[in-house]
Amino acid sequence: MTSATTDQIGAYGGPAAAGRRRTLGSRAGTGLGVGMATLYLSLIVFIPLGAVVLRAGEGGLTGFWRAVTTPETAAALTLTVGASLIVVAVDVVMGTLIAWVLVRDRFPGQRVVDTLIDMPFALPTIVAGLVLLTLYGPASPVGIDLAYRQAGVVVALLFVTLPFVVRTVQPVLLELDREMEQAAASLGASPVTVFRRIVLPNLYPAITAGAALSFARAISEFGSTVLISGNLPFKTEVAAVHIFGQIQSDNIQGAAAESTVLLVVALLVLVGLDLVQRWAARRG
Amino acid sequence: MAKVALRVVALTYLLFLLVLPVGIVFWHTFQSGIGPVLDALSTPNAVHAIQLTVLVAGGAVVANTVFGVGTALLIVRHRFLGRRLLDALLDLPIAVSPVVVGLALILVYGRATGAGLWLGERGLDVIFAPPGMILATIFVSLPLVVRAVAPVLEEIGTEQEQAAWTLGASTFQTFRRITLPAIRWALVFGVVLTLARGLGEYGAVAVVSGRLVGQTQTATLFVEERFQNFDQPAAYAMAFLLAAMAIVVLLATNLLRPREAA
Repeated sequence: MTSATTDQIGAYGGPAAAGRRRTLGSRAGTGLGVGMATLYLSLIVFIPLGAVVLRAGEGGLTGFWRAVTTPETAAALTLTVGASLIVVAVDVVMGTLIAWVLVRDRFPGQRVVDTLIDMPFALPTIVAGLVLLTLYGPASPVGIDLAYRQAGVVVALLFVTLPFVVRTVQPVLLELDREMEQAAASLGASPVTVFRRIVLPNLYPAITAGAALSFARAISEFGSTVLISGNLPFKTEVAAVHIFGQIQSDNIQGAAAESTVLLVVALLVLVGLDLVQRWAARRG
Repeated sequence: MAKVALRVVALTYLLFLLVLPVGIVFWHTFQSGIGPVLDALSTPNAVHAIQLTVLVAGGAVVANTVFGVGTALLIVRHRFLGRRLLDALLDLPIAVSPVVVGLALILVYGRATGAGLWLGERGLDVIFAPPGMILATIFVSLPLVVRAVAPVLEEIGTEQEQAAWTLGASTFQTFRRITLPAIRWALVFGVVLTLARGLGEYGAVAVVSGRLVGQTQTATLFVEERFQNFDQPAAYAMAFLLAAMAIVVLLATNLLRPREAA
């Protein structure tokens, strides 16, 4: 255990470890590599994203504010954030429950279910939308028609965000020491108390991480909502779909402003997540 | 008893959210046998869409594999100013909405801008053409190879590489004979994820492609366009093809993951 830990520290390296070790390429090689990676990222990611923010700010702060508070934009953003919050709440409960069942329960076909959880990541979003519309659309074989309703948007977002909480909670649950739970149970705690007082506190960082990733994904989702929502302005049109419409009708400044809102929210969520995780790591 | 109840709740949720919807598409596709499916997939537009999708996804895979392995080596094996910042920024593309990705690329590489105009005059149209679609696909799948390869590079350490150098191997030889074999499964894992993302990308490609039927229409755009034009058999046939791809990817990644653990 001790040697593994030292090895690990060595591998992550402090300045001393780096100086001792000969690494791939020379100093000049490092410089060249950093330059190439930065150039690649700049040309494809940073400069284009910067252009969006610049374009959004072209009319000054008032222009930006006017663009994101037009009735249709405001409705789209409100729906997106509202639906995403509902989705995250359901994901947290159902994701934790599914992770629990996958780790602590044993039943035939469990591995298949475990594999299936990643399906929404592998399935193209437009196919996900078509799939949901087939089951929960006008021709629904189960008699549930969510097409062109806000509930349809929520179901689409639930589908695409399903794996996040499950996959962040599952490994933590797997590693969790059962002794504490056994001790609590032997002292007379009910299963619910054990879960609430012993298991859940250990899962909070993982649940938070999963929830943050779910939220970031939900507010930016496009493909899966296109077919099932019908994209009715003021009713089922989410922000990404509204941005798409603005690009099509050549209202680039409006599209850029709304995009900037999504970018900022997603960044805040991810930075917040990073802070929470550091805090949790420090707390041990 | 409580255990069984939890199991039932979890499985019912998954049944209605995941299994039934996906299952019903397979059933819907093959409602009238396999013949119509093959017919729908062999129309010129469908064939073109499939070819273009493979080209675009393939281009993104090549670019992101080179960038991914290089960057993974950089952030794991090298120490430089801004390393942690680079590491953190690599995940940024995942958090960006596909539509915003498309808009961002149009703003820089569209004909309305200096860079786009300059490239266009030299015969390279980026937006509403395959190069822009490849760029969009690179963007959305950017971190996948890096994030698959980096942890394995960290784990294998540098002892074998150092031994190879001591024995006189060149940097390239060391990479090809020592490093590459050690990371190969992680690399395959990352490539599979990138390929799946590329074949299935919809939003970013929808914005930058112009969605010209038979010209810049990929498989996912084909599904949407056929569905909106009430050609359900064609939409379902292509959706089935993409869903089958997703299942193959799921099985492949599932096979690749335990190898890393072993």
